[in-house]
Amino acid sequence: MAIPISYNLRNLWTRRLTTSLTVSGMALVVFVFAAILMLANGLQKTLVETGSYDNVVLLRKGASTEVVSGVGKQQASIVETQPEIAIGQQGQRLLSKELVVLVNLTKKGSGTPSNVTIRGIDPQSHPLRPQVKLVEGRLPRWGSSEVMVGSSLVRRFNGANLNETLCCGMRDWKIVGIFDAGNSGFSSEIWGDGDQLMQAFRRPAYSSVIFRLRDPSEFETVKSRLESDPRLTLEAKRETRYYAEQSEMMAKFLRILGISLTIIFSLGAIIGAMVTMYSAVANRTAEIGTLRALGFQRRSILVAFLLESLFLGLMGGCIGLFFASFMQWITISTVNFQTFSELAFNFSLTLDIVYRGLAFSLIMGFVGGILPAIRASRMKIVDALRAT
Amino acid sequence: MLILKILWKNAFRNKLRTSLTLLGITIAILAFGLLRTVISAWYAGVEASSATRLVTRNSTSIIFSLPLSYKNRISQTSGVKTVSYGTWFGGVYIEEKNFFPNFSVEPQTFLDLYPEFLVSPNEKEAFLRDRKGFVAGRKLVEKYGWKIGDIVTLKGTIFLGDWDFVLRAIYRGRDKTTDESQFLFHWEYLNETLKKRNPYHPWVDQVGYYMIGVTRPEVGSAVAAAIDGAFKNSFAETLTETEKAFQQGFVAMSGAIITAIQLVSMVVIVIILAVVANTMAMTTRERMGEYAVLKTLGFGRKHIAGLIFGESFVITMLGCGLGIAATFPAAQVFTHTLGTYFPIFRVEPKTVYLDLAAGFVVGGCAGIIPAIRAIQIRIADGLRRIG
Repeated sequence: MAIPISYNLRNLWTRRLTTSLTVSGMALVVFVFAAILMLANGLQKTLVETGSYDNVVLLRKGASTEVVSGVGKQQASIVETQPEIAIGQQGQRLLSKELVVLVNLTKKGSGTPSNVTIRGIDPQSHPLRPQVKLVEGRLPRWGSSEVMVGSSLVRRFNGANLNETLCCGMRDWKIVGIFDAGNSGFSSEIWGDGDQLMQAFRRPAYSSVIFRLRDPSEFETVKSRLESDPRLTLEAKRETRYYAEQSEMMAKFLRILGISLTIIFSLGAIIGAMVTMYSAVANRTAEIGTLRALGFQRRSILVAFLLESLFLGLMGGCIGLFFASFMQWITISTVNFQTFSELAFNFSLTLDIVYRGLAFSLIMGFVGGILPAIRASRMKIVDALRAT
Repeated sequence: MLILKILWKNAFRNKLRTSLTLLGITIAILAFGLLRTVISAWYAGVEASSATRLVTRNSTSIIFSLPLSYKNRISQTSGVKTVSYGTWFGGVYIEEKNFFPNFSVEPQTFLDLYPEFLVSPNEKEAFLRDRKGFVAGRKLVEKYGWKIGDIVTLKGTIFLGDWDFVLRAIYRGRDKTTDESQFLFHWEYLNETLKKRNPYHPWVDQVGYYMIGVTRPEVGSAVAAAIDGAFKNSFAETLTETEKAFQQGFVAMSGAIITAIQLVSMVVIVIILAVVANTMAMTTRERMGEYAVLKTLGFGRKHIAGLIFGESFVITMLGCGLGIAATFPAAQVFTHTLGTYFPIFRVEPKTVYLDLAAGFVVGGCAGIIPAIRAIQIRIADGLRRIG
């Protein structure tokens, strides 16, 4: 026969101080665990949403990011003649030749300079990136020194508001529009006319060429043709993969940091649970003896104490996740080591993280409770009854 | 002395509980110390920078170049002693994960400007003579098992192709903060090769940054202003700052991550505070009867509070000491495995003081609630109470 659960709950209530201290320790561990997973997840989500599966990015061979890549004008025109490129509504080829450079802007608040991406676009860039939507002002006119700014930048950087001017490349660039690109990395960029920017920054070559496939399954064909063309020194990647690769290093860094930290922290919390449970057992020796004398079996005692410890873990897990879920309103903005440019992303909570957090808290409760529970179940009835 | 003995005996009355708590504190202090060391490793470049060196780069951003012709104008500025220049090469050795910083520099002036890079005269001579030669830090050479005269090939990511270099010299760091994992070669080699391949390459006769040695640290800001003024309204406007500020700029880029690590290092202290407070709460709970007896004998609040706080401090300080002792070997292991990310990974004295401070705070806070409870309990209640 099992010992009623209310026995465990009442015991936890009697030792309120101890219970709350143990639970808060565990809650903190679960909070850190969940927060770091949410961060890594948010980063990946941002970069994966930036790319679209039908789009192909062409970079110079060996270049891992657009900033260090260079695609000559002649090479870009050769790419433009490929038959696999989709045709837009006006009969134009959905291919854009873009320039990517970094400029320094100062952050609001701290005032420290950081690298921001300026993307020189051409008319086809808009149909290729349907997630980019104008929210304020108007689109920059072609052939003028006008730019539009991503919404994440407006919030985080000085001098990036509507009608302000940015100066770089010996020209003043007027901000005429603000665009929003959802959770994608484009929200942390500045867009302007590519030809104008190339002139201003004296860049003879584009950074990348992006086109839409007329049929997504033709990727392999066009990739092998372009990469074996002796006139070209380019590498083709699906846009989704290109952006996923950019998040790899940072996501890996966050995961390794997160997992090693939570392992160390959970040791602390497990010890906390053990201390609590051992003393719960020691204080209740006489009670355990009574229960045994009443006919409860060793197994029931084991289960009862284990359950108590699992309750502690579960409470910690729920509280930790509750507070972690508030982190979703926080946006982190930092430099991505791989592209060397600023990127804003959110903590993002998924069901998977909730399950993992709860599982983790139960494991902590189990590991912390199993040894004390075994000790409790092994007590001899006579000795236990004699204890005061 | 007697008091210490009582505290010690009290602390170890429940051996299992105390040793578990000790273990917890040791782990927490270890984690705290390592996290703090990670943060100071981040700032290693800032620490190693000298007040007499300035860095000039393109004001638009670091990816843009400056013309080589600026060199003469910079050297004419009053207060400037030496001018050196370099370009970030960004080469990859075999695989991308074998990361180490590699630059092309003007070798003679670079070594003059960085006296903390110690190179033996013979090797220095050999390095200066060989245009394909390179000098590498001691740690880097040890890691890859290179020997003087070996040919090392880097794959260029910014400057395409395979580049061969010959190891001509190995440098040692004069100070503990000097990064011994850098790879430096002749800027001429880079420039000549680029020119041969394509005379219109955008990086021909261009440098990534100038490093400038000034005569006295005090003239630094005036020199910086003079240089930036000289190139105002030119195509490549410059931004000159002290080496320290330049390095700090890099650290500030990952500011969000550093803040996160700082926060997390606080969290571990709070977790361990919960564990120690729990232990103390249970200890006093069990001993309420004893405190009642002490009160009956006439001992006041001070004595009882002293006993509880003293025990709390004995446990935390002991764990703190163990944790600090464990930090040093753990940092050694870290240096081995994470050397590529953090060339300088050294436990600073400041970290040890912070450890002690954290231990002190935990010891103090953990005793508060139990002490209040023990003081407030009435003698009769305390005597009546069981477990």
